[in-house]
Amino acid sequence: MMFEVVNMSFALPEMFLLGMACTILLVVAFFKKSGANLAYILSQFTMIVSALLVYRAMGGTEGLAFSDSYIKDALSNVLKIAIYLINIAVLMYSTSYLKARDLFQGEYYVLAVFATLGMSVMVSAHHFLTLYLGLELMSLCLYAMVAMHRDSKVATEAAMKYFILGALASGMLLYGMSIIYGVTGNLAISAIATAIQAGDLNNTVLSFGLVFLVIGVAFKLGAVPFHMWLPDVYEGAPTAMTLFIATTPKLAAFAMMIRLLVEGLGDLQPYWQDMLIMLAALSVILGNIVAIAQTNIKRMLAYSTISHVGFILLGIISGTEAGYAGSLFYALTYALMTLAAFGMIILMSRRGFEAEEIDDYKGLSKRSPWFALMMMIVMFSMAGIPPLVGFYAKLAVIQSIVDVGLIWVAVLVVLMSVIGAFYYLRVIKVMYFDTTDEAYEIDAPTDMRVMVSANAVAVLALGILPGSLMTLCVSVFS
Amino acid sequence: MFFDYPLLSLVIWLPILGGIAVLLNGENSFTRPLSLIVSVITLYLSIGLYTGFNMQTHEMQFVEHLPWIASYGIYYSLGIDGFSMPLIILTAFSTVIVVIAGWEVIQDRASQYMAAFLIMAGLMMAVFAALDAILFYVFFEAMLIPLFLVIGIWGGPNRVYATIKFFLYTFFGSVFLLIALLYLRYVSGSFAILDFHVVALTLQEQIWLFLAFLIAFAVKVPMWPVHTWLPDAHVEAPTGGSVILAAITLKIGGYGLIRFALPITPDAAMTLDWLVIALSLTAIVYIGFVALVQSDLKKLIAYSSIAHMGFVTLGLFVVFGIFANSATGSGAVLAVEGAMVQMVSHGFIAAAMFLCVGVLYDRMHTREIAAYGGVINTMPVFAGFSVFFAMANAGLPGTSGFVGEFMVILASFQANFWYAFLAATTLILGAGYSLWMVKRVIFGDVSNDNVAELQDVNQREFWMLAVLAIIVLVIGLWPAPLIDVLHASVEHLLTQVLQSKL
Repeated sequence: MMFEVVNMSFALPEMFLLGMACTILLVVAFFKKSGANLAYILSQFTMIVSALLVYRAMGGTEGLAFSDSYIKDALSNVLKIAIYLINIAVLMYSTSYLKARDLFQGEYYVLAVFATLGMSVMVSAHHFLTLYLGLELMSLCLYAMVAMHRDSKVATEAAMKYFILGALASGMLLYGMSIIYGVTGNLAISAIATAIQAGDLNNTVLSFGLVFLVIGVAFKLGAVPFHMWLPDVYEGAPTAMTLFIATTPKLAAFAMMIRLLVEGLGDLQPYWQDMLIMLAALSVILGNIVAIAQTNIKRMLAYSTISHVGFILLGIISGTEAGYAGSLFYALTYALMTLAAFGMIILMSRRGFEAEEIDDYKGLSKRSPWFALMMMIVMFSMAGIPPLVGFYAKLAVIQSIVDVGLIWVAVLVVLMSVIGAFYYLRVIKVMYFDTTDEAYEIDAPTDMRVMVSANAVAVLALGILPGSLMTLCVSVFS
Repeated sequence: MFFDYPLLSLVIWLPILGGIAVLLNGENSFTRPLSLIVSVITLYLSIGLYTGFNMQTHEMQFVEHLPWIASYGIYYSLGIDGFSMPLIILTAFSTVIVVIAGWEVIQDRASQYMAAFLIMAGLMMAVFAALDAILFYVFFEAMLIPLFLVIGIWGGPNRVYATIKFFLYTFFGSVFLLIALLYLRYVSGSFAILDFHVVALTLQEQIWLFLAFLIAFAVKVPMWPVHTWLPDAHVEAPTGGSVILAAITLKIGGYGLIRFALPITPDAAMTLDWLVIALSLTAIVYIGFVALVQSDLKKLIAYSSIAHMGFVTLGLFVVFGIFANSATGSGAVLAVEGAMVQMVSHGFIAAAMFLCVGVLYDRMHTREIAAYGGVINTMPVFAGFSVFFAMANAGLPGTSGFVGEFMVILASFQANFWYAFLAATTLILGAGYSLWMVKRVIFGDVSNDNVAELQDVNQREFWMLAVLAIIVLVIGLWPAPLIDVLHASVEHLLTQVLQSKL
């Protein structure tokens, strides 16, 4: 019976999230007037307590639970804490956005907490069904979130696109899973790994199933050529929802990729390596080149996300522990930078004015030198210029592919990052070198200002002292 | 007393923190004095690097070694030798000059301007002092950010084009450097530059690495044909930006070749020395002609910078030819020392020339040579300085411009007569474009009303130019202190270069 108790504790954060999600749902239903405010406070409380729950249980018993369908390990701990913490900032930014636009409703928080629960489950899933469960829970919440702005045509269109393509991707993933199940006779990832390791399976059929798994993962991450939904959804969704979609779900998708490809099908590395090289190379090329042509900053960030996804894949491609650690580092810093970038957009926007065009940032350095500096830090970091954290992320993944001899890939991606530097520089150019007659003040609440500043300063601080985060990432995979 | 605390770190971080302080202080009457104080203290501290320097050894001095990113084996590792120490002092000195030069001229966002230069100074000194490859790369790239902003915010009408071109050009070069460094780490298992020096590499590996280094540093030097960003950047940059570009950032290219390309890939350098020599001679001769036909003052000086930097690369790579012809290789020492002296001297002369243009530009707001004429009639003191610096630029004996060029030409004779012959054409071309410019701008009758109304240099400008003139003269007449500092490091570099890694 002792054993069962330990088992339950593995899923404690998820149980708490579920309980709180239901509570918030009830609160929203019963308190019509103050429901949204209460929901906001409760969801922030949920995130903080969940992060503490994970943190407290760190270093304790780790391993599989619930008939090998659930795992608690260093990776899940790190990713969960990152997801909860980033969501605190996400919720704060979105609240400021929603309040200014009559979208401030409790439902958003219910969906957010449920989506977080989905991500949590994805991160800890060690079984095809658990994984799928988490994925769908998260995705459904995200579809609904995008559609929340019912009066907006673009938002509805974005939601439809997201839903249909997302459903297609889930279908692909399920098909792949069913093939793998057919060959190995197992749904638990650890059992699949053992079965493949033992050999005497039909590799052709396995690799056939693998293709569909890779497609499913690539869809969720937004790697080329499965990226079509990403720019439209990013641009069409209200910025608060884009912010949500762009940050933590990528961390969950990263976990899904590690669980499926590395932990489950690690022995098929030669097969998936080539596929991922194609995906990564295409993502980095297309993302960086197409971003140049964008005038809408959300769309530009969407293409920049595509290229970042390419970089995240690089570390996985190398198939080494250092590479996985590099990818994890990249994914975490990507989430941090994207959070700051969309935070800036929300900060700049106000009722009746969305700072979505790059030209809206004209002359920002004169109007608000501090936030121009913050935005510059984020842009340079995304471009991978030291001493900002984005550089070390690129360094880590490129080192890992150089170490396995894929120098041509390394050369290709660095050349593309030179091209990519151009569109980040353009944002800085607009802020610092251009002038404008429009002189409106930034109109954002204090908590928002402080949080965006802290966020961007973190990008700089982690750039000057990246050692501890890197050590953490390395320790996850060794 | 200087050994008691980490002097190098102090020299690097003082201007960076000082720059941040200036930035936070904002726009008020403290901005300029505070910047000046920070830059002067930095210069004072950097002199300590000279007085405490041991000239007998090629070993790194003032070494600091702390773990930085432990899990990737990256260290905060600093140290200087004879190559880096003079360049660090040059950087500290140029920063003081830049702060003074921008004192009255910069009215828009002055605190950001001063902060950018102070931070840049720290970053550039760190580039010269870094002994860890990633640390080097971080500073090497980080340096671009302030310079990008300086050109873009305070530059001329076409500044956006110029600064983005500058940024992308240099960024393009340096990504190859990053791959090369990562590959070297893969081979050697460490990011320490001194470990890279001794790691064994096949000829093919060396050639690829060498080409990567060459692209990265050739863009910075800049060598023909990747020089096109420099005239644009110089023309659009504010005076301070031009001074720093010419005095320091170009030197980082030469320094990179000395620190990376020659010792890490000596065999490839030997195999491909013809390439670098050909590019250097093209820079000296062809770019010399290009400078001759410029109608814009800053462009002319920018092209003359490229021609002068050709001597640096020539001096560094002619050593293989010298050793092929004579076993003793005394000429090789001369060549490398000449290259270093040329770097330092060009740092002062080009800075002075750009300051002179800045003085004129502040009064007339044009850089067109045709807009001037007869400046000597209204600005006699200024005319004296400009003629002197133009002469130094042309390599007049007795000025520092002569020493480096002469050493390199002399050494080139031992490699190949024609190298020396072509290099020596600079004495004619350099005199041609420098003096012709002087003739058109300074001498003659007052050409128009604008020139007639010019005011001569004020106190601030006078002392700024006077200090530079004195230094140019001192190095020209008595270069021994500089050469003594270099000597041990140069000899060590030559032994590294001669030792095949195959």
